[in-house]
Amino acid sequence: MNPKKKNPCKGATMRYGAILATLLIAALVMASPPAALAGSISREQLKGLDEQVQEIKSDVLAIAAELNQLEERLLFPSNTQIALFVSVPGGEKFRLDSVRIQLGGKPVAYHIYSFKELEALQKGGVQRIYTGNVRAGDHDLQVEAAGKSGGSDFTLKEIFTVTKNVGPKIVEISLTDDRIAVKDD
Amino acid sequence: MIRFVACIISVLLAVSSVAAGTTAPDEVKDLYFGEALYLAFQEEWFDAISRLDTELTLHHALDEPGLDSLYAHINQAEFAVGDFELAYRMHQRAGRAIQAVIEGNVPAEVRNEAVYRLAKMYFQKDQPRNALFAVERIEGKVPEAIRHDLSFLRAQILMANGRFEDAVKILRSMQGVESLAGFSTYNLGIALIRTGKEQEGRLFLDHTGQIDADHALTMAVKDKSNLVLGSKLMEEENYDAAKLILDRVRLEGPFSNRALLGSGWADASQERYERALVPWSLLAKREATDPSVQEGMLALPYAYGKLKVYSRAAVLYGRALAVFNAQVDKLDASIKCIREGHFLKALVREELKQDANWVVKLRQLPQTPETYYLLELMASHEFQESLKNYQDLEALRRRLSAWEDDLTAFEEIIATRRAYYAPLLPAIDQRFRQLDSQMRLRLEQRDHIAHRLNAMLTAPRPDYLATSRERVANETMIRIERQLEGRTDAEAGKIRERIRRLRGVLQWSIHTEYDHRFTEAHKHLRDLNAEVDLMQKQYAAFVRTRQAATQSYEGYDGPIRRLRHGIKESGDKVKALMARQGHQIEAMAVDELRRRRDRLSEFQIKARFAMADSYDRATTTQTGEDPGQ
Repeated sequence: MNPKKKNPCKGATMRYGAILATLLIAALVMASPPAALAGSISREQLKGLDEQVQEIKSDVLAIAAELNQLEERLLFPSNTQIALFVSVPGGEKFRLDSVRIQLGGKPVAYHIYSFKELEALQKGGVQRIYTGNVRAGDHDLQVEAAGKSGGSDFTLKEIFTVTKNVGPKIVEISLTDDRIAVKDD
Repeated sequence: MIRFVACIISVLLAVSSVAAGTTAPDEVKDLYFGEALYLAFQEEWFDAISRLDTELTLHHALDEPGLDSLYAHINQAEFAVGDFELAYRMHQRAGRAIQAVIEGNVPAEVRNEAVYRLAKMYFQKDQPRNALFAVERIEGKVPEAIRHDLSFLRAQILMANGRFEDAVKILRSMQGVESLAGFSTYNLGIALIRTGKEQEGRLFLDHTGQIDADHALTMAVKDKSNLVLGSKLMEEENYDAAKLILDRVRLEGPFSNRALLGSGWADASQERYERALVPWSLLAKREATDPSVQEGMLALPYAYGKLKVYSRAAVLYGRALAVFNAQVDKLDASIKCIREGHFLKALVREELKQDANWVVKLRQLPQTPETYYLLELMASHEFQESLKNYQDLEALRRRLSAWEDDLTAFEEIIATRRAYYAPLLPAIDQRFRQLDSQMRLRLEQRDHIAHRLNAMLTAPRPDYLATSRERVANETMIRIERQLEGRTDAEAGKIRERIRRLRGVLQWSIHTEYDHRFTEAHKHLRDLNAEVDLMQKQYAAFVRTRQAATQSYEGYDGPIRRLRHGIKESGDKVKALMARQGHQIEAMAVDELRRRRDRLSEFQIKARFAMADSYDRATTTQTGEDPGQ
């Protein structure tokens, strides 16, 4: 750090000034971003590309929305469509491990929950666990749920009857550690 | 150490990301809205936006949206879609959506939270003017949860716009906020220095450097503050004070290498080389990719040289040279590796996204030696934004590719349905037309009967309710009477008399049983109505089924063609953007690696000369000559 002294490491000493400057700039980054990036990439280039990435995201989202509608119309027409949703009432903190569903005696869904999924349910999100097609009329809906509550394992099993009419059928399966409830439109 | 840096990086990233603030309503009445929330809570932003977009489009297309289940959540849904778009880093679109919410009739708290997120996003996107414009629109009540964060953000935005005086006012008022301990004092120190109040600014940096903290980020800002202050004192050649400050930096923190180097120089600058050996010896043993460590490798033998321990200095220069050679080779290999595209491939590996410490994991992967030198670059906002964009583009590319396959599958389904239904439908339609005309006839008859019975309520017509037997009998009597026309014999007279009696009996029955028959006729009409209803239901079911059969394969060609075209066009754009974004990332990485290699090349030359010089001096010392000659 003393430029008056000759030494074999003078370059390294000179470098120290640069490091000090770098440190100071690094410190100011928290307060104000630097105006330009070092090297061959400019901030304007990054910004321009970022805007184009946003545009393409927007385009692809529009395609996704149209595709969703096409898929629904093609694969699940409203006269046969049935959608099953799983929800956990607010405040429930039990650990849901899995849900197994049979519709009309046939297994249609089996889901094992990750921590992230369980957290999403506990925050009030609703999972669409199955979308399919059934004829108009009554159908048996068997729901099995397994998990852990208060340190002990639990398994619940209930059978309900759902009635499919002309329009799309939406069924909400609400789970707690001691009860399975079904709400349909 | 590396793990710590990675941890800091991941914490910084978590702090810097614009997390969605949408919460679920107490009761989710629209399950598809609930599904969008479920996806958003898992940070599946694309799917969440797509789901909610679809729902909102369907909702707005309804004739009576008030009857739709989404109506109960429509304000929140409109807000949430903008919120998710922000989280998906689509600030242009999200900006518009949230703008709508801001201008909409929403409570001040909701509006202000939206503005806060919008401003934060603009700030992170390096658009300080837009951020300032947004944050200045905040008025009224602010949610308690974001009150301090908002003030801090406002101060940061003001600083980014060069309004340090205003920032100072805000930051001064935030000094007691525990959640921002360290950050508010550090930024206040910097802001004061930028306003020319150097000494007061330093006091706050000094205060930050002595803060009592156990959180990784707070400890990091504490170290950084000490480093900045120490560096300033070094610049002023106030070495004792600088060393005191630099020695406060933790030995295992992300700034420890720079602090050790500075601490050594504080001693060396005062010719206290023995003392300088302590931090430099410690430093020289650390990760050889760190620039401070590399400089320390040269500084350590320099100190030994000054202490006239030339042989030790020569050995250490030799060791440093060997390390620099190896590092230059590694950097060359890394640059080559990046140019061959391995770096980009590694950055989009799925398993990395599952791990918060992905930088550490990345280092452990084969074919990514470059990451040893890129930790700092990777932690920078520009790199992170570019990387996220690249990863988002890769996700879009995969999605578009999968959709192309989906469309092919849809076309196969449609072809199969067409092949099944098309030959069957003409015969079915022909038979249906026959039944349809019969049905229409019967319905007309039913309507006619109903009309007649209604009329009979006011104008009784017993003859209408004659049984078929009675009608036949009456017809028979009329026919016989016609046959008797013109006859005047006694036999004919008897027959006419009998017919008159019989007609009387007939009329008697028809009139006396009229009420009963009328009631029965209504009963029969009701029965008939039930049958007609059943028939009409079957008819409607058939029409629906028939319609569904047609709709299962007709009307898709246009949309599929349009979608395929859109997917192809977007796919091409994504590929082009990926190439450009990838090139930017690679260029950033190569620039950084080149810079480091150039620096190492300088060090190599210096080490080589210094090593030779040290050997000379060591030899001279051994032979008893004066090394100064």
